[in-house]
Amino acid sequence: MATPLEFTEAARERAAKILDRYPAEYRKSAVVPLLHLAQEEWGHVSPEAMACVARLIGCSPVKVAEIATFYPMFNREPVGEHVLAVCHTLPCALTGCGSVFDHLSEKLGIGLGETTADGRFTLRKSECLAACDRGPVLLVNRRLHTHVSPEKVDEILTELEKG
Amino acid sequence: MAAPLEILTAPLPAETDPGDIDAYMAGGGYGAVRKALKSMSQTELIEEINASGIKGRGGAGFSTGMKWNLCADRFPRYLCANADESEPGSFKDRHLLEAKPHQIIEGMIITSYALGINLGYIYIRGEFFQIIDQMEAALEDARKHGFLGADILGTGYDLELYVHPGAGAYICGEETGLIESLEGNRPYPRLKPPFFPAAIGLWGQPTIVNNVETMAQIATIVDMGAEAYKQIGSEDDTTGPRLFGLCGHVKKPGIYEYDSDVTLRELIYDAAGGIRDDNRLKGVIPGGISAPILTPEEIDTPMGFGALGKLGSMGGTGGIIVMDETTSMVDALLNASSFAAHESCGQCTPCREGVPWMNDILRRIRNGQGRDEDLDLLLDICKQIHGHTVCVFGQAPGVWPVRTILVKYWPEFRACIERKELVVPPLEESYLRPDQYEHIPPVPGNFRLKTEEADAAG
Repeated sequence: MATPLEFTEAARERAAKILDRYPAEYRKSAVVPLLHLAQEEWGHVSPEAMACVARLIGCSPVKVAEIATFYPMFNREPVGEHVLAVCHTLPCALTGCGSVFDHLSEKLGIGLGETTADGRFTLRKSECLAACDRGPVLLVNRRLHTHVSPEKVDEILTELEKG
Repeated sequence: MAAPLEILTAPLPAETDPGDIDAYMAGGGYGAVRKALKSMSQTELIEEINASGIKGRGGAGFSTGMKWNLCADRFPRYLCANADESEPGSFKDRHLLEAKPHQIIEGMIITSYALGINLGYIYIRGEFFQIIDQMEAALEDARKHGFLGADILGTGYDLELYVHPGAGAYICGEETGLIESLEGNRPYPRLKPPFFPAAIGLWGQPTIVNNVETMAQIATIVDMGAEAYKQIGSEDDTTGPRLFGLCGHVKKPGIYEYDSDVTLRELIYDAAGGIRDDNRLKGVIPGGISAPILTPEEIDTPMGFGALGKLGSMGGTGGIIVMDETTSMVDALLNASSFAAHESCGQCTPCREGVPWMNDILRRIRNGQGRDEDLDLLLDICKQIHGHTVCVFGQAPGVWPVRTILVKYWPEFRACIERKELVVPPLEESYLRPDQYEHIPPVPGNFRLKTEEADAAG
């Protein structure tokens, strides 16, 4: 049995603020924001993290698992330090996201959904990120890069290597 | 030539941070809130919105005034501003969220006040990390300035607004999916009718779900007055300014503000500078991926919800995807279909099974393994999904692109199947002219007969 996870003191304070946004009898509404918080803490949402969120809400862990398994943004396995998601929906496809993805895949030596052996990068595709006038777009962790080309990918990767 | 507008896209003073409430107020910001709360009664406000004729900007073009009027006479009521912008080709909400967060908040305050709402949420899609941070800060500033919280502007009216983040699911943009998501359930849409959210919504109470652009427009209506607002555009179609987002193969992609009388041709060739490399137009999706495609002969249409509806398409979100003559429509449709297959929430069998099935068929056509019967099979699956699901997802991004791209570009799909490879025929040979087909929605058998007759005659 894995050791139960607990939020840090700082995260617990943020969790309390999140729960305050909803009427006391509807604490379950906080499940998605709390799962985001858990993912920020631990990088992915493990069953132990789901149990931790469930304890805060006061529901059974399976109720949290039901939600965590629905949304694509929640990682259920560990991911790389940097998650790169290339938008591949029609407007970005029309402006050349294919070459961006292929270039990233070649540079990092990994395919779709894979993580580099050193645990630095995870490569994904994303559905439309609603920045179609600035395509192709690439979401790097929390930051959106626009008008991305293979050359710009090199710059972004160099910057991430430094950081 | 229609003239561009600068109402929603009015630039902020140079070097201004869009989240800066002081700069926003210096430019007259929160004047609409003051006007509404200080000088208008709830009834007057609702009448004002009714009189403006505004149609919601989320995609369906449903009358906002009517939505408000349907609100059941029970309390508490809730507000949900929908910023789950995920429709491929749409980016106007992102634009407003980035550029005018306080105008959206203004609209939310006015709407809440008009309907006696004391608690509301703005549901922002999870991938909008920077926007979520900016909106949370903007709400906090509005609270500090006395526009939120208890006893707003000394009127005795209380309101709290919060951000609620999504987590990457398109279905949460559907209003009842959004409500389920906000309740902490899987976002499976609810059956409607009989009960719309205005009767039974969030936590079982009357709830108004409005798009964030609609919220910003509400502030505009109160600002300029319904009389002036409805002079923009046409009263018998769509009133008020519109945000059109042009993307794909245009020279100058971006957000352009016009009234709804502007034509699609003017938007593509004048506003957005025409097609890249001066190529010829092959097709244009006029309102987000769900909006049925228009061929080059169909672009002299005004952009009102009604006008596009008459062409068998729809105004949708105003996200316009332009494709030039080099585009493979088989590839384009496969892409649209892959999106729908990925985003189907899985609640209803026809959509969960049918949409990925269509995706498989399109993929084999694209890979040169299409079968003679595949196009009819696709139309038949469309028929089986359409109207047989709880929400409109099954038909909107699921069926409509397949049905209309397939029918209008039938010769191109046929060429791929016959030649067993992906081909992009010359533009003239790739699509049917409006007088070459009768049925959208097509009846599979009838449609095949008609093209075969055309083939035999030609």
